[in-house]
Amino acid sequence: MGTNPPVDDWATDYDIFDEDYVKDPFPVWDELREKCPIAHTERWGGSWLPTRYEDLQALVRMVPELSSRNVLVVSQKREDREFDPVLAEYGNSAPPITSDPPDHVPMRRMLLPLFSPKATEAHRPFTEALCHELIDGFIEKGTCDAALDYAVHIPAKTIAKVIGVDVERTDEFVSWIRGLLEEGNTDLEKRNKYNGILRQFFGELVDARKAAPRDDLISHLLAQEVNGQPVARNAVIGMCNLLLVAGIDTTWSSLGSALLHFATHPEHRRRMATEPDLFPSAIEEMLRVYAPVTMAREVTEEVKVGDVTFQPGDKVLLNFPAANHDPAAFEDADKVILDRKKNRHIAFGVGSHRCAGSNLARMEMDVALRVWFERIPEFQLTDPDAVTWVGGQVRGPRHLPFKF
Amino acid sequence: MRVKVDADKCEGHNRCCALAPELFDVDDYGTATALNDGNVPPELEEKAKLAVQNCPEYAIEFVKD
Ligand code: HEM
Ligand code: SF4
Repeated sequence: MGTNPPVDDWATDYDIFDEDYVKDPFPVWDELREKCPIAHTERWGGSWLPTRYEDLQALVRMVPELSSRNVLVVSQKREDREFDPVLAEYGNSAPPITSDPPDHVPMRRMLLPLFSPKATEAHRPFTEALCHELIDGFIEKGTCDAALDYAVHIPAKTIAKVIGVDVERTDEFVSWIRGLLEEGNTDLEKRNKYNGILRQFFGELVDARKAAPRDDLISHLLAQEVNGQPVARNAVIGMCNLLLVAGIDTTWSSLGSALLHFATHPEHRRRMATEPDLFPSAIEEMLRVYAPVTMAREVTEEVKVGDVTFQPGDKVLLNFPAANHDPAAFEDADKVILDRKKNRHIAFGVGSHRCAGSNLARMEMDVALRVWFERIPEFQLTDPDAVTWVGGQVRGPRHLPFKF
Repeated sequence: MRVKVDADKCEGHNRCCALAPELFDVDDYGTATALNDGNVPPELEEKAKLAVQNCPEYAIEFVKD
C-alpha cells in the first residue's frame, strides 16, 4: 500500500488503497457524489466507482450485464488462476457469491436455510459465552486491543463452529483470510498462496466427509441436489471457503468500527450503556455509517449508466459504503443518529446477492456489543495514532488500543 | 390499513420482521409474508411504516382496502 503516486484528481484517477482514503474516504465520496458521480481510474487494473444510492440500487439489478464471476476489487489475469495446480484441483469459484443466473439461485438456496433468523438464533448462546470468555481474559488488566483481543474472535469462532471446523484453529484461519483479502488485495502472489491453502484445507475436509458423512454443515451440503444432480464437490469446497472468508473480515470490521465509534463518542457510549432498547437501531446505524464491504462486478455487455458507458471487461466497484452516506437517500446522512427511524442502508448489499450471512452478522454484533457494554460500560481509546486500517475490499480498523 | 409484500422483490433482509414481528414473518429462504392478510391494527401503524421505510428492496407497500 501507499506505493502509488498521490492522487490529484479523484474523479479520473482514484486510488482505493491511498492511505488517507482508507482512513477517511467520506469527503472523497461526498465530492464525487455531487460532482461526478461515477468516478474512473486506471489504477489497480482499472475500475469504475459509483457513489450515489440510486445508482447502486440500479447497478445490482443489471444482471447479467454486470457479472459476479469476478467480485474482487483487484483482478487477477485468468491465465494466472488456471495454471495454479491447487486451484486446478479444487476449483476457484465461490458459489453463490461468484455465481450468475441460472446457477446463482439454486446455489444460494442451499445456504439460506442454514442462516435464517431461526437457525442463527440457535448459535446465540455460543457467541454469548465466547464474548464473556474473551472479556474475562483482559478485564483485570484494564486495557486491551479491542480489534485483536475481542472483535476478530467473535465472527471467527462463531463461523468455525457453524461450519464444523476446529474452533481452536481460528488464529490460523484468520491469518489465511487476511493473506487473501488484505495483503492479497494488492499482492496477487499472496492471494494465490492463501487461496490455495484455504482450498486445500476445505478440499481435504470435503473429501473426508464424502467418504464418511457426519452430522455437520459440510455433509449436509454434500447431500444436496442442484437441478436433480448431486452438487459438485468443487462447488461445496468453494461454498465452505466463502463462508469462512465472507464472515470474518467483514463482521470484524463492523464490530471494530462500532467499538471505535463508542470509544470516541462519550455521549453515544453513555446512551448504549444505559438504554438497551437502543441496540437494534444503533447497530443498523453503525452498519450504515461504517459499512465495510465493497464488491466488484465484471461488465459483460455494454451498458450506459447516467453519463458513462461501461464496456465489456470493465470492472465496477459496488460502493455500498458510499451509497449509505448519500444525502438523497438518508436524512442528515453525515450524522450518526443512534435512533434513526428510516434507515434503508445497503451495508449487506442489495438485490439477488444480499449477504446470506446478514442474520448471523447481526446476531454477532448484537451479542458482542451487549456483552461489552454490560461488562465495560466506560472505555477510551488510548492512542488515536495507533489505530490502523485496512481497506479496498473490506474496510475496518485492525488495532484498537483501549483502556477502561 | 393493509400492507403487502412483493415476493419477487423481497430478498430476505429480514428488516420487516425485526421491526414489526406482529405484522411479518420470513420463511427459511428469507422471503417475507404479511401476517393476517396484511391487516394493520391502528396501534401497529407506526411499526408498519417503519417496516416499509427500512426495506432495502422497496418490497413492502401500503394498500388501500
Ligand atoms: C457485517 C458483516 C458483513 C457484511 C457487511 C457483509 C456484506 C456482504 C455484502 C455487501 C455481500 C454482497 C455481495 C455482492 O453483492 O456481490 C455479501 C454477500 C455474502 N455474504 Fe456477507 N457480509 C457480512 C457478514 C457475513 C457473514 C457473517 C457471513 C457468513 C455466513 C456472510 C456470508 C455471505 C455470503 C455467503 C454472501 C454471498 C451471497 C450471494 O452471493 O448470494 N457474510 N456480504
Ligand atoms: S425487509 Fe424487505 S426484503 Fe427484507 S424480508 Fe422484509 S420484505 Fe423482504
